[in-house]
Amino acid sequence: MDIRQENRVKGNQKASDADIHMIQVKHISKNFENLKVLKDISLEVKKGEVISIIGPSGSGKSTLLRCLNHLEKIDKGIIEIEGKPIVSYQNGKKINISESDIRTRCKKIGMVFQSFNLFPHKTVLENIIEAPMVVNKIEKEKAIKIAKSLLDKVGLSDKRDVYPTQISGGQKQRVAIARALAMNPDIMLFDEPTSALDPELVGEVLKVMKDLVKDEMTMIVVTHEMAFAKEVSDRVIFMNEGKIIEQAYPEKLFANPEHPRIKTFLEKMI
Amino acid sequence: MSYITNITGFILQGSIITLKLYAVTIIFSIPLGVVCALGKISKSKGIKVLLELYTWIFRGTPLLLQLFFTYYGLPIFGIKLTQFQAASLTFIFNYGAYFTEIFRGGIESIDKGQYEAAKALGLNYRQTMMKIILPQALKRVLPPTSNEAITLIKDTALVAAIGMGDILRAAKEVLTRDFKITSFVVAGVIYLLLTSVVVIFFKKLEKKYSVYE
Repeated sequence: MDIRQENRVKGNQKASDADIHMIQVKHISKNFENLKVLKDISLEVKKGEVISIIGPSGSGKSTLLRCLNHLEKIDKGIIEIEGKPIVSYQNGKKINISESDIRTRCKKIGMVFQSFNLFPHKTVLENIIEAPMVVNKIEKEKAIKIAKSLLDKVGLSDKRDVYPTQISGGQKQRVAIARALAMNPDIMLFDEPTSALDPELVGEVLKVMKDLVKDEMTMIVVTHEMAFAKEVSDRVIFMNEGKIIEQAYPEKLFANPEHPRIKTFLEKMI
Repeated sequence: MSYITNITGFILQGSIITLKLYAVTIIFSIPLGVVCALGKISKSKGIKVLLELYTWIFRGTPLLLQLFFTYYGLPIFGIKLTQFQAASLTFIFNYGAYFTEIFRGGIESIDKGQYEAAKALGLNYRQTMMKIILPQALKRVLPPTSNEAITLIKDTALVAAIGMGDILRAAKEVLTRDFKITSFVVAGVIYLLLTSVVVIFFKKLEKKYSVYE
């Protein structure tokens, strides 16, 4: 059984605990100056669900993802993480949520960036243990233990003492994934995790991500890797001009999209 | 030869003032620069305007003028300082202004992705600055900081203008006494030695921080 089929089975089970919403996005909008980047977007993500967001450049995919862990501020709407708001506008007025509450709620979310954003002045191991030690006040020995098992998981145990400049892009991204996992997140966001990689290095990163899917991690992936989206997603979201124009099972969206814009996009991708 | 040994001993006594002023200035102006740099990149408009005024004045007027103002001018306002106090205060604020701009530039040169990664990992602003941004900025500001540290050694010679007995003043005293240029050569060599120590120190530091690039 391939991952996708396993997912389907999982998906059916998931439907039974459908009431657990890891993320709930209600009618959010965002503007950059006069440009509307997100227009009235709503989205629900269930526990263990894997969602791919695809669409042309400038469609707002990355911005949406970045709003979910408060890297971007929205101008309208509500975002809730595990039932608790991190940002909320009601009747056009912003509801005040303290910075520390936002941080606590966003701690459930790990993020992987297109450009890795590893800390260049820290070794691979130090990159991973930094946040658990500084934020969660975990003892160094314990943090190292966790880091070692995560490095093992992403297949980089032999690189623990080198600096990020000394490893390849694919390895960097795997370290970045391990670094995010070290905070024990419930949700992982991936912002075009393979777009900055040489084609031959894409596979090793996707493999690590597939392992996470097997571990039933809740994941939202902004990607241009259509094959990957097709294989692992429970749901694929297509965005265009700041709107979600279709979301569906991958088979349906890829084989038989309702919106003509998606057809032209997919034709160009293949 | 014994003449040179003699005057060197005398001039070296002057170097005590030079070194004391140098140490005090470095110890206080660098932290002042870090704090002001953080203030300059902060969101508070009031603080920014205030710091802008500070660096504008201290970088825009001669150090010697500032020194005169502190030593001869402040007593008019009832603030009487000793020579050393006046010199230290002036040098700290003057160099603090330069360090502010150097550190601000260093901090702003750090990629925005570093802040985002730190934020995504749950670090707060203070933790992000202390653990992620400042250590990286430190490495980048080493070359300009080293320049300032060298310039400072030579700038300390300005205190002779308010009558302090530093290296240069001691050398000049010997010159007026003996009508021989030797004392200036000796002073030059002492300055060279001092700056060399600073140069070597910063080279070592740069080497230490070069491991990750």
